[in-house]
Amino acid sequence: MLSLNEGTITAAYIAATILFILALGGLSNQETARRGNWYGITGMAIALVATIFGKVTGNYALLVGALLIGATIGLLLARRVQMTQMPELVAILHSLVGAAAVFVGFASFMDPNTSYTGVEKTIHNIEIYVGILIGAVTFSGSVIAFGKLSGRIGGSPMLLPARHWLNLLLLLGAIWFGREFVMQAAAGGGMQPLIIMTVLALLFGIHMVMAIGGADMPVVVSMLNSYSGWAASATGFMLSNDLLIVTGALVGSSGAILSYIMCRAMNRKFLNVIAGGFGTGGGASAAGGGEQEGEISPVNADETAAMLADAKEVMIIPGYGMAVAQAQHTVYEITKALRAKKVNVRFGIHPVAGRMPGHMNVLLAEAKVPYDIVFEMDEINEDFPDVDVSVVIGANDIVNPSAQEEPDSPIAGMPVLECWKGKTTIVLKRSMATGYAGVQNPLFFKENTRMLFGDAKETLDQVLKDLT
Amino acid sequence: MKIGVPKELHADEKRVATTPDVAAQLMKLGFTVTVESGAGDSASFSDEAFKAAGCDIAATADSIWSDSDIILKVRAPEEAEAAKLKASQTLISFVWPGQNTPLLEQLTATGATVMAMDSVPRISRAQKMDALSSMANIGGYRAVVEAAQHFGRFFTGQITAAGKIPPAKVMVIGAGVAGLAAIGAAKSLGAIVRAFDTRPEVKEQVESMDAEFLMLDFEDEEGGAGEGGYAKVMSEEFIKAEMALFAEQAEEVDIIITTALIPGKPAPKLITAEMVESMKDGSVIVDLAAEQGGNCELTEKNEVVKRHGVTIIGYTDLPSRLAAQSSQLYATNLRHLLTDLTPEKDGNINVDMEDEVIRGATICHLGETTWPPPAPKLSAAPQQAAPAPAPVEKEEEKRSFAGPLIAMAIGGIALLGLGAVAPPSFMAHFTVFVLACFVGYMVIWNVTAALHTPLMSVTNAISSIIIIGALLQISSADPVIKWIAVGTVLITSINITGGFAVTRRMLDMFRK
Repeated sequence: MLSLNEGTITAAYIAATILFILALGGLSNQETARRGNWYGITGMAIALVATIFGKVTGNYALLVGALLIGATIGLLLARRVQMTQMPELVAILHSLVGAAAVFVGFASFMDPNTSYTGVEKTIHNIEIYVGILIGAVTFSGSVIAFGKLSGRIGGSPMLLPARHWLNLLLLLGAIWFGREFVMQAAAGGGMQPLIIMTVLALLFGIHMVMAIGGADMPVVVSMLNSYSGWAASATGFMLSNDLLIVTGALVGSSGAILSYIMCRAMNRKFLNVIAGGFGTGGGASAAGGGEQEGEISPVNADETAAMLADAKEVMIIPGYGMAVAQAQHTVYEITKALRAKKVNVRFGIHPVAGRMPGHMNVLLAEAKVPYDIVFEMDEINEDFPDVDVSVVIGANDIVNPSAQEEPDSPIAGMPVLECWKGKTTIVLKRSMATGYAGVQNPLFFKENTRMLFGDAKETLDQVLKDLT
Repeated sequence: MKIGVPKELHADEKRVATTPDVAAQLMKLGFTVTVESGAGDSASFSDEAFKAAGCDIAATADSIWSDSDIILKVRAPEEAEAAKLKASQTLISFVWPGQNTPLLEQLTATGATVMAMDSVPRISRAQKMDALSSMANIGGYRAVVEAAQHFGRFFTGQITAAGKIPPAKVMVIGAGVAGLAAIGAAKSLGAIVRAFDTRPEVKEQVESMDAEFLMLDFEDEEGGAGEGGYAKVMSEEFIKAEMALFAEQAEEVDIIITTALIPGKPAPKLITAEMVESMKDGSVIVDLAAEQGGNCELTEKNEVVKRHGVTIIGYTDLPSRLAAQSSQLYATNLRHLLTDLTPEKDGNINVDMEDEVIRGATICHLGETTWPPPAPKLSAAPQQAAPAPAPVEKEEEKRSFAGPLIAMAIGGIALLGLGAVAPPSFMAHFTVFVLACFVGYMVIWNVTAALHTPLMSVTNAISSIIIIGALLQISSADPVIKWIAVGTVLITSINITGGFAVTRRMLDMFRK
């Protein structure tokens, strides 16, 4: 088989690195994004080809077999997945990166061909240790996140007593076993502490995600995204491979920025989300705003249809409830019907609507809603005074005025879509239950709010029928 | 129970206390409705229309007063009417108990239950039965129509072949319900509208109607909102500044509509004779406060007069001049009150004195005067909004100043420490790592929020570059390492193809 020299391989890796950066850069808007994805695919292909022809010296059959099987499974998954299940898919894919990091770490540790000595050996062992640690946390955390997102595990946070101490204990344990491992590895052993640490890291991953509630999932998913990057980066250090380091760092910082954006959109501290639960740090105010005065005014589907038809400016605010009810296609049919009547329909998307960053955009895109009428919160929040009818579909906390009006509300300071400033708001909801944060929503009691109770899909189908 | 609606006795009163539509809805509550023959004629509701809605028609008022359990009226009962009232009956109408003490005493003496529509408390829940607002709304609208009637020019500006016509300038004093209605009507006729009010919090409402709010050059700390959202008497300096503003405006505007009222007080005199004199000939003043003495010195109650070339309209029956409309709104207000009085919808009213709205409206009950009611709890407009979010921001500013400094110092020290012990090859990789983090940081901030999900799936695909680690190990002679590597290649290739394929699928869906 033809083989490539070290210089050619490095050149190929540089090309791959550039292509990866271009792939991420392409996502800055919808037109260049598709081309960006092709850059990514090309980069990956170049890196694989260079490595296979340059570094692999045997076992080609196994290699190709594993590649083909994996690729087939991957393609099938990608084709079958429903857009509403996107968060689950992303979570389970993260777990695979984590698992890979653990495997590569163990294999590298067992590899007899490495010939490091002294400080280099210590550093190499620390790299192995860190790579496996991050990989294991990513793996178990992602599996739990997958379970929560797909409903196999309940969405509410599981809060063990003294869980902060438990986390600290696990962290100290990881450090202590790390020391043990480096010392024993210097003498030729070390497998035992490495395995114990791996188990601890797996437990830590499980415990961490179990403590996080459903609506904080956007943060968790992007955090795990970040971890999977750091795991790749650590593996790169371990193998002295710059391509892995760079790619891992790109992914890691991407996930970190997403987590930051999500936390900012909820006005919460990252640590506070990770530590789990709501209002754990806030003290007594969690129950604040419990008593609500005022009446709610229900409407039915045909009144809603009439209001929409009479409006000039309509803003649709989707939330996780739309994904659950699979109502995005009906929403688009309504949008089309209204646009045909010269009603200006726009969508307002809160950054944490749904269960992962950008979730709502993907669902609307799936339903063929043109992306130039889909806006971010910051783009349209000023426009609400001119909006005749806002339709809130299965969202709650992201349209809660108490975030602005009640300083001691648990969600105080969270940026929210100010739909109550419009002329009328119609809220689709199954019942009067509170949102994830457990905060009553004064929006429902506002004079210009109408409540449309029922399953989002069924009621919207009814509205559509009355419209046409 | 039986509801009776007599014809209004007052000479110029055209309104009627129910309409065929509303009567039909009252019957749904379990009542029967009897209307005096001809009661709705002047508001264009014929006996036939009432009959068609299912009402009985009574030939005389007497039979209404003797047979009904509930009597609905518009104006306060005349003395002769009040004399017919019996203890078992309930009367609902405007009463103005504050101004009509003898009437209140007479009504109390009958032992009947009397509810005054003018005493319905101004709270959110009772807005649907707030007849004062309904009537004020109509009055404001009609005021503009009356002004247009006496104003010799267009309201709207036009540029025609025959020359340019400037738009009329309208000043509205008092931006309550009537004032706002007047602003809306004048605005929709095309006039330039300015409005003044002593309560600064109505500025927003005025501006929301596209009118200009006239500000006073005056440091006023209290604002002019009194109890129940009404205006109150202002200080002397304030009034002086206010008068100066009006004098200045009077020279400029074509139409002045005044709606300034303070509950229980004579209307403040805001437009002096000199101001009227300074107005252009052909200008119009509509004084909605004529009933309480008028906001203009020259207003004559119920009359249209011309003084110094200015038409001054002092009608007090503006709602009645739009009888069909005001009857319909007033009847609906009554229906809402009756709905609240009949929680069981069985046609039997229950005067629940625990209910704030019903308590407020009831002025006499079981032979006792129950007016005035205890004060309502809440002013309609909060005087000062809580300045809540400000301190939080400050805190963050402080932290953001010290935070990066500390972080940088720690980072620097850690970096130095690392450099001191680590071999050069590690530092080379570390350089690459740090640079890559920054490149990632710059690139990712540019990603549009709409594409965050594809971003995650594509980063997921490229983080599977970890496959290279497995590829390096797959050729190992050690079977354990070999098989671990095969497994890793398998799962990472799932990730690579899955990640890229699903990203492509998603991106294909984003269409304009």
